[in-house]
Amino acid sequence: MSRVLPIFLLLAAFPLAMQAMDGLFYVSLASRMLIYAIAATSLNLALGYGGMVSFGHAAFFGAGAYTVGILAAEGVTSLWLAWPAAVTVAALAALFIGAVSLRTRGVYFIMITLAFAQMVYYLFVSLKTYGGEDGLALRGRSDPGFGLSLSGDLAWYYVVLALFGSLAYGLHRLAGSRFGRAIEAIRENSARAEAIGFPVYRYQLACFVISGAAAGLAGALIANQSSYVSPSLLHWIQSGTLMIMVILGGVGTLWGGALGALALLGLEHLIADYQIGWLARLAPNYQDHAGLAVGAVLLAVVLAAPRGLVGMFARRKSA
Amino acid sequence: MSATLFLEQGLNGLQFGLMLFLLAAGLTLVFGIMDMINLAHGSLYMVGAYLMASFVQATGSFWLALPLALAATGVVGALLELTLLRRLYARDHLTQVLATFAIILIANEAVRLVWGSQPILLNAPPSLTGPVTLPGGMQYASYRLLIIGVGVAVAVLLYFLVAKTRVGMLVRAGASNREMARAMGVDIGRLFTGVFALGAALCALAGAMLGPILAVQVGMGENILILAFVVIVIGGIGSIRGALVGSLLVGIVDTGGRAFLPLLFGTFLPPQMASAAGPAIASVLIYLLMAVVLYFRPQGLFPARG
Repeated sequence: MSRVLPIFLLLAAFPLAMQAMDGLFYVSLASRMLIYAIAATSLNLALGYGGMVSFGHAAFFGAGAYTVGILAAEGVTSLWLAWPAAVTVAALAALFIGAVSLRTRGVYFIMITLAFAQMVYYLFVSLKTYGGEDGLALRGRSDPGFGLSLSGDLAWYYVVLALFGSLAYGLHRLAGSRFGRAIEAIRENSARAEAIGFPVYRYQLACFVISGAAAGLAGALIANQSSYVSPSLLHWIQSGTLMIMVILGGVGTLWGGALGALALLGLEHLIADYQIGWLARLAPNYQDHAGLAVGAVLLAVVLAAPRGLVGMFARRKSA
Repeated sequence: MSATLFLEQGLNGLQFGLMLFLLAAGLTLVFGIMDMINLAHGSLYMVGAYLMASFVQATGSFWLALPLALAATGVVGALLELTLLRRLYARDHLTQVLATFAIILIANEAVRLVWGSQPILLNAPPSLTGPVTLPGGMQYASYRLLIIGVGVAVAVLLYFLVAKTRVGMLVRAGASNREMARAMGVDIGRLFTGVFALGAALCALAGAMLGPILAVQVGMGENILILAFVVIVIGGIGSIRGALVGSLLVGIVDTGGRAFLPLLFGTFLPPQMASAAGPAIASVLIYLLMAVVLYFRPQGLFPARG
């Protein structure tokens, strides 16, 4: 924990520094990264700790976002109603999808979670009352009451940071608990865990539901971040992106999901927004082809750091 | 609901299913033999379609361009396997997902660099643009009929290749038990480069044939990739027969659902709701099909491993 505190102090000081340097845009970008860090961390719980490779986490992410969006469209903007509702809806979706999907194993589990996510995606595409394919614009961020407002970039950043911090702490406690150890034992050898007497199916389902609920929270936040929800939040590309973040950062590690989210979004942003002088002289419009560089970096990580970015740091420490 | 409409949609479904089979066949073999998740399979389909469009422009002939595009994409596939994918066989599935996802990003941008962002035009051969009259008096697009012909021919050829030849025997051996095949002296490495090149060429064939019907554009590979994965999971990973059955099932269910569900809903729902719900439910049908198949047959319809 002693290594974590300075990082969080840095994260807390970041927007103040940005404000001093007139760079509030970066505060908004940082909030976005932290929201994706929450989503990726939640997926890492199911994928990394539980060994359940869900290719459908966009369903929970999007369900949370749409819950906030639809409630807002119906006039319910209170944070204290909308956010718990988003988490509950996502948890229920995870309970149903997990209960069916956990009957399969391996690649078939990957594909059946994808199938369910695609069903949810098409469901919202067809919901013409709530925007259909065009999505749904929110009038503003959720209302925390007590005369407070989340519309400022700074206040919003701290809320997101606090939630990310709580989630990371929760995951840290969970991983160290009896439940967390059992989940990892099941990942390593489910037959043996079953023989010892752990109710494998129920434990896995519980882990999946917690993971889905946390993804729903991230969805509620992303709907607030941009005041807009659309079916693209539910598309399989979104599930894939979350998975890439987790794998890039480090599967089954506390900070893997967050690190992957920061690295991927940061890299995309860096290439698109900053011109590197010598590179621009070589290839004038290289910035239009950010995918090329992102792809190259991902490949390099795969070949050079088998255990993701977290693994890279850990190895350097021990060497 | 006339019999003609029924027949027409049936043929459309068959045509779509056979093209899916071209993609799924390569994917299921790669997956089955090397236990490798290759998300970049859809990129080969895209590259094949683009190469086809360029060759058509250069040679001025559809039929001259087709073998060129197939061969070129086959070479691209083989090179990809030799330089990059080969390093990934021993790694876990998640690493393969990350690496091949990176290849998708790179391929998309590379295509954009070479051909630009706008969709490009690929025309059907001029002699096949009109409709033909089928026995029974029905009109049907001659080019679509050609696609069905090509699809059936390739399916038959693949069946002979896999079921009746020595190479096919090695492929089946690799799919059912890789370690044992290696122990028996099969050069799995070379076999797999060959299988991969063949899979790439089949992708190019699908891309070239579908190009005139669908748009040739960046990102065209991603959506069809997911359908191809659905197909091989329904069919059973590693099984060519499963890929064929799965493709036809998905093709017919998808096409039929899109054509008939809105009509069906129109009989008991108000027209506005029917026109909204129909296409959405139709898109869901294939995933529903996959979920149901997996629920009852968790290994797919024709499991390759006993």
